[in-house]
Amino acid sequence: MSIIKINNLSKSFGNLEVLYNISFELEAGESLVLLGRSGSGKSTLLRCLNGLERVNTGDITVAGHKMDYESSKLRLLRNDVGIVFQQYNLFPHLTVAANIALAPRLVRKVSKSDALTLAKEVLGQVGLLEKIDAYPSQLSGGQQQRVAIARSLAMKPKVMLFDEVTSALDPELTGEVLDVMEKLAKSGMAMVVVTHEMAFAKKVSDRVIFLHNGRITETGNPDEIFSSPKTPEFKTFLGAVG
Amino acid sequence: MDIVFQFGPVFKRMDLIIDGVTMTIQVALLSTFLGFLIGIICARIRIEGSKKAKFVVACYVEFIRNTPFLVQLFMFAFGLPQFVALLGFNIRPSPYYLAIIALSINLGAYSTEIIRAGLEAIPKSQIEAAQGLALTPFQIFSRISLPPAIAKVYPALSSQFILHMLGTSVISTISVQELTLSAGRIQSETFRAFESYFIVTAIYFALAIAFRIIFKLAARFALPWLHKTTNRS
Ligand SMILES: Nc1ncnc2c1ncn2[C@@H]1O[C@H](COP(=O)(O)OP(=O)(O)O)[C@@H](O)[C@H]1O
Ligand SMILES: [Mg+2]
Repeated sequence: MSIIKINNLSKSFGNLEVLYNISFELEAGESLVLLGRSGSGKSTLLRCLNGLERVNTGDITVAGHKMDYESSKLRLLRNDVGIVFQQYNLFPHLTVAANIALAPRLVRKVSKSDALTLAKEVLGQVGLLEKIDAYPSQLSGGQQQRVAIARSLAMKPKVMLFDEVTSALDPELTGEVLDVMEKLAKSGMAMVVVTHEMAFAKKVSDRVIFLHNGRITETGNPDEIFSSPKTPEFKTFLGAVG
Repeated sequence: MDIVFQFGPVFKRMDLIIDGVTMTIQVALLSTFLGFLIGIICARIRIEGSKKAKFVVACYVEFIRNTPFLVQLFMFAFGLPQFVALLGFNIRPSPYYLAIIALSINLGAYSTEIIRAGLEAIPKSQIEAAQGLALTPFQIFSRISLPPAIAKVYPALSSQFILHMLGTSVISTISVQELTLSAGRIQSETFRAFESYFIVTAIYFALAIAFRIIFKLAARFALPWLHKTTNRS
């Protein structure tokens, strides 16, 4: 059963066409890595998957929800789709526990004590239980990003979207975040990951899509695609990122 | 000739002073609360309201901020009862309520501008993160945008509230029995003008300092995250 199904998606900002005719499917439990140069449309594609951007044409179905921009339908979809950004975006005025408990409390109407249990559970998953009462400003970038992941997980999503979640981190802190994501992928979470971490793409992903100027230029499983790139664009890209 | 200040006669009317202080505090708190509420609502409209609503709020804010408060007060005090009568209602709102209305509407306009500045400083990415968590627009505003926005402008906002408290003295002109009017009555009874106003001035000063301290303390409770030392590990 496919958890994401995209058919002929096109998207432009005004006159600027950013995505052309994107189609792909992702099976439940699979993880997909999106590669491409800066400006190739990776973030836009990811944001189209939870309706943060509206497509011009094309059909999107995610976690059983057909994309519909009517606000209550959109919230139903977002209920099942977690997203984590480059700039952690923790809420600065809330403790770690409150950051995590907020959406389950408000959206899922979970009781206060269940929300706390949930917060402890997901913090355990990202290895930060001891930071439960800290404020975001008291955490390192890597810790903030792990809390952001935990916050998404607390909504029990069926799909997780990651947009360059390690790009803002010092190199020595990327490992702890990538480890969490790898564990998550192994546990069977369906995920779409925009990253420049080639080692992660090779080791963890089930499938890779290379975007170039808004088009899917190359796609395949990581074993084939990295060992025998077909297009000159992808060869150049691989040469550049090493 | 010898000039002697005589505070004795003024202190004899301590009852008037206490009544006045009580009224001043009561009016200030009530209208600050209402004005703050108006400010929050109008600031939200200015940020994410429809074009028409934005325009209406902009007119309100500019009208209030570009006219004297005394004139606004008279407009409410003398105009509103006339208007109510014209509509066929047989009620005469007391000066107390008219003053609260005028004060709240006045403070609301200034608060709108201050709170709007705070809301504009909230990064769009914060809102997107909240949208990603399936929160409703109202939840995003009240839980995600508003608290840090208020925190950002808290110094400006509390200064405005203190100015506002001092500004309540103007409502003595429509015979609300507050502190300034008490001073007037005492000096006309005792003929001790300087002493009466000196004492009342000192009380206003003390009130302003007290408000400042209360706002500082309130921030510790209401905005706790600002007081956590950054302690990255
Ligand atoms: N909100 C926007 N308005 C206008 N142009 C945008 C907007 N967001 C992205 N773009 C443009 O769309 C293109 C793709 O951007 P993006 O999806 O962020 O690329 P990537 O994530 O691969 O770096 C870029 O040319 C970018 O300038
Ligand atoms: Mg991007």
